[in-house]
Amino acid sequence: MSRLNRRDALRALLCEREKVIVVTGLGSPAYDLASCGNEPLDFPLWGAMGGAAMVGLGLALAQPEYKVLVLTGDGEMLMGLGSLATIAAQRPSNLRIVVMDNERFGETGQQHTHTAASTDLAAVAAGCGFQHIRTIRLASELEPLRVDLHALDDLLFAVVKVSPEELPRVLPPRDGAYLTHRLRAALLGAELALEA
Amino acid sequence: MRITDESLAAHPQQHVQQWAEGVYELFKAHHVDLISFVPDGGHKHLIAYCQSDPALRTVTLTTEEEGIALAAGAFLGGKRSALLMQSSGVGNCINMLSLPRVCNMPFLALVTMRGEWGEFNPWQVPMGQSTPVILEASGVIVYRADSVEEVCPTVEAAIMLAFQSRRSVVVLLSQKLIGAKNFTRGDK
Repeated sequence: MSRLNRRDALRALLCEREKVIVVTGLGSPAYDLASCGNEPLDFPLWGAMGGAAMVGLGLALAQPEYKVLVLTGDGEMLMGLGSLATIAAQRPSNLRIVVMDNERFGETGQQHTHTAASTDLAAVAAGCGFQHIRTIRLASELEPLRVDLHALDDLLFAVVKVSPEELPRVLPPRDGAYLTHRLRAALLGAELALEA
Repeated sequence: MRITDESLAAHPQQHVQQWAEGVYELFKAHHVDLISFVPDGGHKHLIAYCQSDPALRTVTLTTEEEGIALAAGAFLGGKRSALLMQSSGVGNCINMLSLPRVCNMPFLALVTMRGEWGEFNPWQVPMGQSTPVILEASGVIVYRADSVEEVCPTVEAAIMLAFQSRRSVVVLLSQKLIGAKNFTRGDK
């Protein structure tokens, strides 16, 4: 069975995105998001490996009116597995975590990750207490997930099994202060964004 | 040898509660209302104050660096956060400290010290010794409180510096202040 193309999958999930904040883990998910455009509600990380889901939790708690999508890879998620326990205990209803799982460390030479060997991230999320979990292997399963990203009033975790093929890099801005100010201005307004 | 010398605990319990309440009131006054922690005995009363207030959100972490990423997300959304932890967790934080640094975000942590004043457990000593050096090498501004009287003014200055100047600031709460953990009395 052929694996999903990660960028086709993301484009499908971000269709009619509207007020969804997207935080990405470093590497391929950040390039995938950049391949879809460059929006004020985008917050691509270029480092802080293992921290994407927790950045999403902070945003979700601070901005309950917005949906927050954490888009990350299997390698980044594996480095922050404990954060799944922390997040499930908080259960913010507006947070969604989607792992684009290619079973590889894509930035460092395509070495296999633990999901290639034995780890099922969806089962880890279930063990941490997530109530809404999806594992997506087919293109036809993306639209129901997209609907859930907007409509579900509860914490959601999804693994999208994607092809390990290497795609051309599309780089998002990498000035952290700029990305921070851009998102804060979009959420808080230009004046408040300059305050503490 | 029994390590039960009361003098190791420099300050009696009511003083511990006194600074804890003062810090809690500073959090309230400065709108620091998302409090994350990996628990430490020295933070026990402060954690209890924060958890008893429905206006504060408390987040129990599995490891300290989660609190840095959480604070970054909170700041992006317009909320102030603080991390409570002990010095043995500082090593877990080094790479994640790059997040507030490169993004020009505030970060505030109160770190109770282990491995210094009267320490019983040798496994705590290396990280206790390394804590201020590692933090400073990671770009963090380090304050320290050695007495009950110093805690609130130091924490307030740290809050102002962190949030108004958008810097990473840590207040070390010395083991002299907290009291050495006593393993022979069953204290937590």
